[in-house]
Amino acid sequence: MREGARHAAGIPALVLAAGYMGFGALAAGNGLSFAGTVLSTLFIWALPGQLILVEMHTLGAPFFAVLLSVMISAVRFLPMTVVMMPLLREAPSRQPRYYAAAQLISMTGWAWAMTRFPSIPPERRLGYFFGFALTLMASASAATALGFLAGDLLPPLAKLAFVFMSPIYFLLMLTGSASDALGRAAIVFGAIVGPITHLVTPQWSVMVAGVVGGTLGYAAHRAWRGLARSR
Amino acid sequence: MSEYVLLVVACGAGTYLWRGLGVAVSTRLSTDSELFAWVGCVAFAMLAGLVSRIVLFPSGALEQTSLWQRLAATVVSLVVYFVITKKSLIAGVLSSAGVMYLLLLITAKSAG
Repeated sequence: MREGARHAAGIPALVLAAGYMGFGALAAGNGLSFAGTVLSTLFIWALPGQLILVEMHTLGAPFFAVLLSVMISAVRFLPMTVVMMPLLREAPSRQPRYYAAAQLISMTGWAWAMTRFPSIPPERRLGYFFGFALTLMASASAATALGFLAGDLLPPLAKLAFVFMSPIYFLLMLTGSASDALGRAAIVFGAIVGPITHLVTPQWSVMVAGVVGGTLGYAAHRAWRGLARSR
Repeated sequence: MSEYVLLVVACGAGTYLWRGLGVAVSTRLSTDSELFAWVGCVAFAMLAGLVSRIVLFPSGALEQTSLWQRLAATVVSLVVYFVITKKSLIAGVLSSAGVMYLLLLITAKSAG
């Protein structure tokens, strides 16, 4: 556990803190409450979902539209958890501690664990992961609070630059994590469909971008692969 | 409790649903099925749609920046991240903030 915490308390926590400080400043800029914003880091623990929540709530989207969009953006946790769990436990089991570990999974922690686990003995992985992920969560929560409060202390122009860090952090994580052509196709189509849909129905643009853009990306990749095969 | 806090709690529970489900089915589910590939596409497209929407049509504080400033800062961060530093997140994120700040200073100066 201590080793995991030590590994987190460096570049991983720092990069994550930059993204969450931007998120805190964004939420403050949109006029949302301090408590709700910091709680969202602990409860949701997924920056993309938190951004969707803050953006849609600010635009006045209905409660269930926000909830549905956040939930759909979190679908990725299903395959992520399914892939990581076999590495985390020694034998197939569904003990409570694995359900606790699941709440701590984030893009950063997951990518780190998938890279490091092979070199860690199986019986020490769960402790390592708790140490690593809890350190990330603590620093991200502190960063959210700091971003929310310090955003007001910064000169107006510096604050705008600061707020812009959060979508950029997210953009780089997203494009950096898509290692195959299928993921890239989905990103391109989603990036095109999202803004176009926004002009028609702002509240539903994230969901339409996902379902329509994702299906188009999936279909385009399949069609392209079929074409390449028939040649 | 405000609607915002209520929404945060609900979204936290809704997000956890997938995590918990992942633990429950991790012993018997195949991650290389076509359905999984499509679900992954929907997740990627949704996140991409959100980011491009924030860059092109932001709400809140970022409305005070102009489109060309946001596009310039985005392009710089992508170049720094993918080309110059070979995927250094901190360099990519800080460079976008630095460029955005400089561009805002320049326009503020020429306007006033």
